[in-house]
Amino acid sequence: MATILENSAHVPAAIAALMTEYVHAIDDDRLEDWPGFFTDPCIYRIATRDNEERGLPASLVYCDSRAMLLDRVVSVRHANVFEPHRYRHMVSAVRVLGKKGAEYRVHSNYLVTRTMRDGTMAVFSTGAYRDVILVGDGDALFRERVVVCDHGMINNLIAIPI
Amino acid sequence: MPEANTLIDWPEEGATRAPYAVFSDPEIYAAEMRRIFRGPVWHYLGLEAELPEPGCYRLIDVGDTPVIVLRNSDGEINALVNRCAHKGTMLLFEPFGRVDRLMCIYHNWAYDLDGCLKSIPFARGINGKGGMPDSFDMAENGLDRLRVESLGGIVFGTFSDATPPLEAYIGERLMANYRRMTSRPFKVLGYYSQYLDSNWKLYFENSSDPYHATILHAWATRLKLNRFTMEGAIEMSERGWHHLSWSKMATDRHGEVYETEAFRSGGGNFDEFGLHDTSVIEQWDEFGDGITTAIQTAFPNFVLQQIHNTIATRYLVPRGPAGSELVWTILGYADDDDRQTQIRLKQGNLIGPSGYISLEDGMVGSLVQKGIEGDKDKSSVMEMAGGSIETIVNSRASECGVRGFWTAYRALMDV
Repeated sequence: MATILENSAHVPAAIAALMTEYVHAIDDDRLEDWPGFFTDPCIYRIATRDNEERGLPASLVYCDSRAMLLDRVVSVRHANVFEPHRYRHMVSAVRVLGKKGAEYRVHSNYLVTRTMRDGTMAVFSTGAYRDVILVGDGDALFRERVVVCDHGMINNLIAIPI
Repeated sequence: MPEANTLIDWPEEGATRAPYAVFSDPEIYAAEMRRIFRGPVWHYLGLEAELPEPGCYRLIDVGDTPVIVLRNSDGEINALVNRCAHKGTMLLFEPFGRVDRLMCIYHNWAYDLDGCLKSIPFARGINGKGGMPDSFDMAENGLDRLRVESLGGIVFGTFSDATPPLEAYIGERLMANYRRMTSRPFKVLGYYSQYLDSNWKLYFENSSDPYHATILHAWATRLKLNRFTMEGAIEMSERGWHHLSWSKMATDRHGEVYETEAFRSGGGNFDEFGLHDTSVIEQWDEFGDGITTAIQTAFPNFVLQQIHNTIATRYLVPRGPAGSELVWTILGYADDDDRQTQIRLKQGNLIGPSGYISLEDGMVGSLVQKGIEGDKDKSSVMEMAGGSIETIVNSRASECGVRGFWTAYRALMDV
């Protein structure tokens, strides 16, 4: 953790654990665990840097409840069709920017590779996570996670959350 | 360069077939850029709302050609090829912005907002030596221009003098929906694009093909958002070049056919599918006519979309024979209230590269691209509703829209 805030020795570890478990759940194809990383209600958005910087509100994905997150998972598993693929997330440069009550504003960088079933692998997305994390006594949950892609062009499709 | 009609040996069945070779051959691609993209067609260039003041510009690619769309000091919209007359350098490279002139970074040749060449550094040389010759005519060395028409807040351009006026190009029949969707000023909610590993025509065939819509996009079928068993139609423009597909979700009759084993939406995988939060499909009757889906195309690469309360333009930029970029502009109307904007943003989950309804559209073109690579002498088959390119009402079991696309393609490519 880049910054350690006052009198909250367990906070950096709780935030680090949340961010780590989140990417492992996705990369290990445990998508059903994904909604459990969020409070309810919550905000999960996939946005682009250009839109964010221009104040344009449209997102690629926009969920504001755990049930909406669950619907993403159910749709990916049971309704939508696409060529099978998996991600690998790298997360770095985690910064705790401030706190309000038990909520911490945390920014980090991410890089995601996408590997298709035929073995083709490529960098799929880079960008930043802009998080608001609610830290309790022993754990932490995302109140808000905005994925800001550096790129406005998506290679084909985003089915699996970033 | 060989003429297109010797490049393509079109099957004798006509527009019910498309030879696979047209989806990957570099010479055919080059002919398309010349005959279609520089030919008698209108290209989407953007929105009036993107150019609110004199000097405001946006960039767009028209086929392989980079174009600046800008508002001049008189408030008129110009479309200028984004290329200095001197060496061919791109003049602007930020996608949106505001300028008071166009100056090339390379040698600072400068143009006004109408593309007229106004100044050349060292034109008279130094100490009476060098400089441009007297024979050089500034007036002959302005920027290349497209002809521009703006209709309902949407700006179009064409390279060809032979292109009919825009309303006539769209045609009276399809102008009805065009007017329906452009009667109020737009508000831009955002942008994104998709890089597709498929020839541009594969995505545009998909957009012109209502047959796939309720089948491939089983998410929406299962939720009874779009089914052929609803009131609807495929309306064709007078020449068959463009199409409109619409439906009214509240009018479904006998839609249970989609829950039989002939359809993926009826398969066992769907037993566990359903929405836990239905706010994603909360909606209002956008135009007061009950129409919940309206997809309108304009040959060769423009889509005007209403899917429930998502309003969008899509246009397709060819990126070589086997690639394309699909660019979305997500819209509302300027007089939307906050609740309507919020509904549009949430329904944004239905469209785009992550859209529950549309994420399969780009993917399926890449499956075709890979499927046909080894057999370029073969053709696709499009015989749903025979060979018709006529409007079909209260049934959309027709491939008239795709055949209409190929009818236009064959006319311009002379094949």
